[in-house]
Amino acid sequence: MTQRKAVALISGGLDSMLAVKMIQEQGVHVEGINFFTGFCVEGHTHAIRNRDQTKPKRNNALWVAEQLGIKLHIIDVIDEYKDVLLNPKHGYGKNMNPCLDCKGFMVKKARQWMEANDFDFIITGEVIGQRPMSQRKDTMPVIARESGADDRLLRPLCAQHLPETLPEREGWVDTSQLGAITGRSRHEQMALAEKWGFRDYATPAGGCCFLTDASYSKKLVDMWQHRGNREYELDDIMLLKVGRHIRPNQRFKLIVARDAGETSYLKGYRKQFTHMAATSHGGPVTLIEGEPTRDDLELAARITARFGQGRNADLVTVEIHPVGGESVELSIPPMPASEIAQQWYV
Amino acid sequence: MKYQLDATNLLCPMPVIRTQNRVAELAEGDILEVRCTDPGVLHDIPAWCRINGHEVLDQHRDDASIIITVKVHGD
Repeated sequence: MTQRKAVALISGGLDSMLAVKMIQEQGVHVEGINFFTGFCVEGHTHAIRNRDQTKPKRNNALWVAEQLGIKLHIIDVIDEYKDVLLNPKHGYGKNMNPCLDCKGFMVKKARQWMEANDFDFIITGEVIGQRPMSQRKDTMPVIARESGADDRLLRPLCAQHLPETLPEREGWVDTSQLGAITGRSRHEQMALAEKWGFRDYATPAGGCCFLTDASYSKKLVDMWQHRGNREYELDDIMLLKVGRHIRPNQRFKLIVARDAGETSYLKGYRKQFTHMAATSHGGPVTLIEGEPTRDDLELAARITARFGQGRNADLVTVEIHPVGGESVELSIPPMPASEIAQQWYV
Repeated sequence: MKYQLDATNLLCPMPVIRTQNRVAELAEGDILEVRCTDPGVLHDIPAWCRINGHEVLDQHRDDASIIITVKVHGD
């Protein structure tokens, strides 16, 4: 008998891990696929910030694949994903998250991969009622239909509540051995994790996507508004994850590093941005985005000084490096925290 | 054959994706030297190699870079 093959969407979280294990238990060969949109909350974020240094710098999708003993194919979909974000047929969730279109897009990509690699069906870790937009009983058939996966899309964790799929009908898997999980409680998933000995799995607080985050979404919309269009590149959306974003006026925005890890990361952009840092005291690197005037740069220097070790000094020397221009040094008083208007913070 | 890949100034998982895509073009026994700056690669590239059956021959730091040497194995 031919061993059937399934491709699994692997997010790095527990649910997709359990879905794979459930199907492996039925003798199916499984390989994982993981899509990098640029908005993923993943190991790169840990690499930027000091406060995360105690966490393992692991990619959770790779970790899950290793625990399960499956291959993982990581696919760069940054460019293709722009259309999903900019023109979501089903609209946005609470923030800039186009969850239903996103899931449909990923299942469609998995379906294309399945066909190109001669696999038989697709599995996901979806659970009915777990997410308000994409994981509902009425939206699950939409994803199956619009992705073109149709009845080759199996959700093992809640399959007993859903219409029969091809793998079940053909006897490739036994429905009675699949799950009947619903809702947002995690008790059943945790019991399965215990049963299969999965420990130290990732539990991202805000999900796996920055677009579900209100603060991130606000920065993204602010960027689009001030550019006058919604184009973006990977560097743009990565920089929205880093630093304090402060816009004192319509001409420019500062990105001020919050710790040494972010300073190190922002230094990688020195050739592309006007940037500045205190030289008389320790402190952050600041990138300047936009078209600042000379007075704006002095204001930016005062703000930069406020976030450094010289914040209480009378004067701080800040070196400004314009892109393609001569560096200048300014000796300025740090701006008191009370003078940085709350509405400047993006 | 020995090949080199520049994945500097990229954050994970991009260095892993670049490594994966380059390895797919190489033959069994080829060596790929990947130069990176994100310390996350010290975990991620070896993990990717383990699950996909390739071998990390060496990993070391050179000034501001991390260099990981991968030997390509077949399926």
